[in-house]
Amino acid sequence: MAGSTLTIKDLHVSIDGKEILKGVNLEIKGGEIHAIMGPNGTGKSTLSAAIMGHPKYEVTKGTIELDGQNVLEMEVDERARAGLFLAMQYPSEISGVTNAEFLRSAINARRGEGNEISLMKFIRQMDEKMAFLEMDPDMAQRYLNEGFSGGEKKRNEILQLMMLEPKIAILDEIDSGLDIDALKVVSKGINAMRGEDFGCMIITHYQRLLNYITPDYVHVMMRGQIVKSGGPELAQRLEAEGYEELKKELGIEDETVEQEV
Amino acid sequence: MTTEIKLPFDKGYVRSFSKEMGEPEWLTALRTEALDMAEELPLPKPDKTNITRWNFTQFEKHIVPSDDFSSLNDLPEEIRTLVNLQESDQTLYIQRNNRPSSLRVSKELQEKGVIFMDIFTAAREYGDLLQKYFMKDGVKPGEHKLTALHAALMNGGVFLYVPKNVELSAPVQAVFVHDEKDANLFNHVLIVAEDNSSVTYVENYISTVEESNGIFNLVTEVIANKNARVQYWAVDTIAKNTTVYVNRRGVTADDARIEWALGLMNDGNTISDNTTYLMGNGSSGDTKTVVVGRGEQTQNFTTKVIHFGKHTEGHILKHGVVKDSATSIFNGIGKIEHGATKSNAQQESRVLMLSEKARGDANPILLIDEDDVMAGHAASVGRVDPIQLYYLMSRGISKKDAENLIIHGFLAPVVNELPIEGVKKQLVEVIERKIR
Repeated sequence: MAGSTLTIKDLHVSIDGKEILKGVNLEIKGGEIHAIMGPNGTGKSTLSAAIMGHPKYEVTKGTIELDGQNVLEMEVDERARAGLFLAMQYPSEISGVTNAEFLRSAINARRGEGNEISLMKFIRQMDEKMAFLEMDPDMAQRYLNEGFSGGEKKRNEILQLMMLEPKIAILDEIDSGLDIDALKVVSKGINAMRGEDFGCMIITHYQRLLNYITPDYVHVMMRGQIVKSGGPELAQRLEAEGYEELKKELGIEDETVEQEV
Repeated sequence: MTTEIKLPFDKGYVRSFSKEMGEPEWLTALRTEALDMAEELPLPKPDKTNITRWNFTQFEKHIVPSDDFSSLNDLPEEIRTLVNLQESDQTLYIQRNNRPSSLRVSKELQEKGVIFMDIFTAAREYGDLLQKYFMKDGVKPGEHKLTALHAALMNGGVFLYVPKNVELSAPVQAVFVHDEKDANLFNHVLIVAEDNSSVTYVENYISTVEESNGIFNLVTEVIANKNARVQYWAVDTIAKNTTVYVNRRGVTADDARIEWALGLMNDGNTISDNTTYLMGNGSSGDTKTVVVGRGEQTQNFTTKVIHFGKHTEGHILKHGVVKDSATSIFNGIGKIEHGATKSNAQQESRVLMLSEKARGDANPILLIDEDDVMAGHAASVGRVDPIQLYYLMSRGISKKDAENLIIHGFLAPVVNELPIEGVKKQLVEVIERKIR
């Protein structure tokens, strides 16, 4: 079987009783890259958090399935082991736990007891991927995200992506706060993952990232729904016209939903 | 509640015990005077823990007979892992309950004139030297009932003396084994580092019995003379229902430095007092403590650095985990005396609560009697951050493992300091066992 399929149907999500997502429909297949675009406060990050199972977000209606399995019934760690990955906009800092220690735990959690990765193999893989992402080798032994710059955190998310090789990855504003060199490196990492077995949803509000990663599909989110879908040309159009033209076309005045957290 | 509690041992007993051990007269006199004081003096009053009903005085056996371990290879497994048996030239003292059971002193120590031996032998062979330091500038018998009782009934311990200008590269290790339920321990560790010397001392108090109703009254004195440096690493794992009073105290002369790293992992009720007197100008003290409380136990950890000298530097770092219905009180006290100008007192206490019924309390206290100083503190009591858990779990790590990672990370500042691999590994395993 070539790749997995993530199917989202009529998804409604609330936080603290306020509805943020109001019926999202989306299907992502292995081999496809989808870009979710839209201004701030339109529900993009809520979508990614709901897929991963963030404790603050409540799904009130709709379904999320991965290859027919009900994702909403899974705990966060089960979702990850089923093949989902979320590169977070604000990764947590965990003091006292080294990056290497953390990654090895994550890899072994997927492989299961009795099938742990050998230390040598792990180190070799980690060294390789870190070199590919032009990361300082010291970062393996630094505490997880602690004191990392914004760019280092984003690279570290991509490092995890490459080490864990998920079936479907969601990248939540992986490009925000990156200078052009870091953006190129991060894009190189994502492009290296491209293939039949890898599906990806890239959340961004800048077209800039899409100069380096060409999406197969572009979706625009406003008011907690996907209001427009198209090919890469849609991103180009948004870059040229901004969101205002699209809003006019769709008859939307205020594109935001309740404040995202 | 004031009750006249009669002590279980009288002067006649103390005198004859001292004689039997071949102690010099000054020590016999110190003991009997201390016994008088023990009758009169009140218990110490650790902040926020009432210990008036704890039993520190009523017990049956002052000494339990124990055999020597016939060889290091015959040590019980949990002790063997603490010591590196491959290393033939090491410095290691093993005490079994009250009995000095085994001693190895490396060539380096012998050649450099270092004294390392059980406290009784030291009293016989180096009586005058011991007298100069024993319960003089560090812990005094007359402080309260428990220090007095300690002096009167001392029934174990070790003496380490590092001569002037001697710098030891390898750590000196002491293991105090508790494998007899009836044992009560009044253990005294005295470390004297002469001018410009440096030493790392590593100790374990370890019970191999599951529980005992024993009383442990432990005192450590570290005397760091001019420009000396002492690193003192300890891991305590004393059994359930054993009541522990442990007082570890350091005194620094000019430019001396004492570093403590303490893993306090007892399973019974514990009062721990770790105080450093920064007497000399330019001296410094650094204390790192990690603690896990579980079950029903009540523990009180007081860490104090008192600045007397000018330009002194004191750092306190404490990380504690509390679970089940355990209570852990963390008192951190930085005190700058009048005249200790340009001194710096810093402290940080963090408590992680793992259950609803656990009680944790971090009390940072700064007492400052001088204007021209720096001081600061940070304290927090909280639970495992759900967002951190979410992050780790989003990579496939189970909730339990994610929690364990966070807790290990939280305790890492002290664990990572331990210089002996076996002791570090043991501490990690103890933590693992306690937080599961």
